[in-house]
Amino acid sequence: MIVGEQKPLAEIKGMLEDYRKVLVLGCGTCVTVCFAGGTKEVGILASSLRMATQLDGNAKEMDEETVQRQCEWEYIDPLEERLGDYDAILSLGCGIGVQALVERFPKMRVLPGLNTTFLGLPSEQGVWEERCQACGECILHLTAGICPIARCSKQLLNGPCGGSQDGKCEIDPELACVWQLIYERMSEFGMLDKLMEILPPKDWSTSRDGGPRRIVREDLRLPEDYQEGESSP
Amino acid sequence: MTDTSTNGYKSGSNLERVLAAGHFAVTGELGPPKSHDAEVVRRKAEFLKGLVDAVNLTDNQTAIVRLSSIAAGVILIQEGLEPVVQMTCRDRNRLAIQSDLLGAAALGVKNILCLSGDHQSFGNHPTAKNVHDVDSMQLIQMLKDLRDESKFQCGEEVEGDSGPCFFIGAAANPFGDPFEFRPFRLGKKIAAGVDFIQTQLIYDIPRFKEYMKRVVDMGLHEKAHILGGVGPLKSSGMARYMRDQVPGMIVADEYVDRMTAAVAGIPKEEKKARREAWRAQGIKICIEQIQEIREIEGVAGVHIMAIEWEEAVKPIVEGAGLLPRPRVDGE
Ligand code: SF4
Ligand code: SF4
Repeated sequence: MIVGEQKPLAEIKGMLEDYRKVLVLGCGTCVTVCFAGGTKEVGILASSLRMATQLDGNAKEMDEETVQRQCEWEYIDPLEERLGDYDAILSLGCGIGVQALVERFPKMRVLPGLNTTFLGLPSEQGVWEERCQACGECILHLTAGICPIARCSKQLLNGPCGGSQDGKCEIDPELACVWQLIYERMSEFGMLDKLMEILPPKDWSTSRDGGPRRIVREDLRLPEDYQEGESSP
Repeated sequence: MTDTSTNGYKSGSNLERVLAAGHFAVTGELGPPKSHDAEVVRRKAEFLKGLVDAVNLTDNQTAIVRLSSIAAGVILIQEGLEPVVQMTCRDRNRLAIQSDLLGAAALGVKNILCLSGDHQSFGNHPTAKNVHDVDSMQLIQMLKDLRDESKFQCGEEVEGDSGPCFFIGAAANPFGDPFEFRPFRLGKKIAAGVDFIQTQLIYDIPRFKEYMKRVVDMGLHEKAHILGGVGPLKSSGMARYMRDQVPGMIVADEYVDRMTAAVAGIPKEEKKARREAWRAQGIKICIEQIQEIREIEGVAGVHIMAIEWEEAVKPIVEGAGLLPRPRVDGE
């Protein structure tokens, strides 16, 4: 899932300076699961902002709302009729949610209440860890199911580097050296000969380096969505 | 083409010729300054002249911006020393690396050491973006293809008669984990095309011996020249810090104890006397280590890292009986 973290209150307050009536909008999917932007967090943030702005003598109106998914038109479209009342939306969705709102409601000011941090999982209660960088060409079958692109601090394809010690990465004693993990798993499965193969330089064109990415599935597109000039099947 | 331009050598560098002739090689290291002051490079080079077969120039070592390793290497050539230019994967993508290597070759650089590079979080620009487009293994392959196939990484031909002819080096850390895999990772670097290896600083000789035994059993010492990394300790504090704080480094307690003992009886206020006692002990230990390492099967030389203490190299190589350095003709 997409993992996010709420921005500091002071930063959010600063963003809202010019707006009086704000809709604090949560998202019921990834950021709810990681306790950053669901109904509960929307409630807490909205009341903190109400109190904080009141103390400053500049009380703002903060309404609360959470949609099932901020990144899909069908869940955000119903908001349209209410938006006329607001000066801005403070989104507690991920960066995709914020931009979906901007695209759907071009006249609205939409502000990010979260820092979208990574694609990952909760490794234990209260701890989230990165697992994937969406590189666009998955190599997990070559690395025993453990991703060095997202999890090696130097993105080595032929690790571990010389800084790996006691299973930890050289940059942080709290961080597992992912090449130690790959090594252990490969030796467990008797695959160490595979580890002797040199992985060639990666094709980064499928990653962000190739420019913003887009997937088109002609088999799924609807005839009415074809733009003028585009040939529909 | 390689054969005619380099007289049968891969690069014809002094380091390559010394190693090929079977001499016990000695390389040194020079840290370029945090400025554009060429004099600093020249002054440090003066301390190493005639004492080593080639000198490593670090590439933004510990992720701190410094005068470029290629530029420093060229200053060394002007001073009559031979550079080993270090190249990390942290700061450049494959375009920049290959372009800089062509430039280095054009300016007379013949030895390159391929490294992943210390993470930028250790340095003075911790908010920088890192690159790691290729890793050190792939960098070795890239240099080999440039030299032996006259091909860029993309497969395109290098224009002209030949690609740049480098003597290709890499680092190895016998003390990193997983320990059992380290000789295999060295084997991977050799398969990638490395010609010489400089190891991480050795402060645990029994463990290094064990590593070298596996390396020799695998026959790897016959496929690449392995230089053991040594460096003089400056104080007991430094020894302790390296033992306890530096990832991937093992320092035997014996050395920490001997450094501590060196200043026994010298009061703390006598800073200068303590400093001298420490330094004398550091040099003494380093000489002993070189003598021990030299006896280990498969070791082809030593790489002396006395960064910011280049003056120490002279008493070390002298004390270890490594002077005069051999002259091997044939370039
Ligand atoms: S290899 Fe790429 S797609 Fe696969 S987990 Fe890693 S970053 Fe994600
Ligand atoms: S210690 Fe391990 S995870 Fe960290 S940079 Fe080195 S290989 Fe990657």
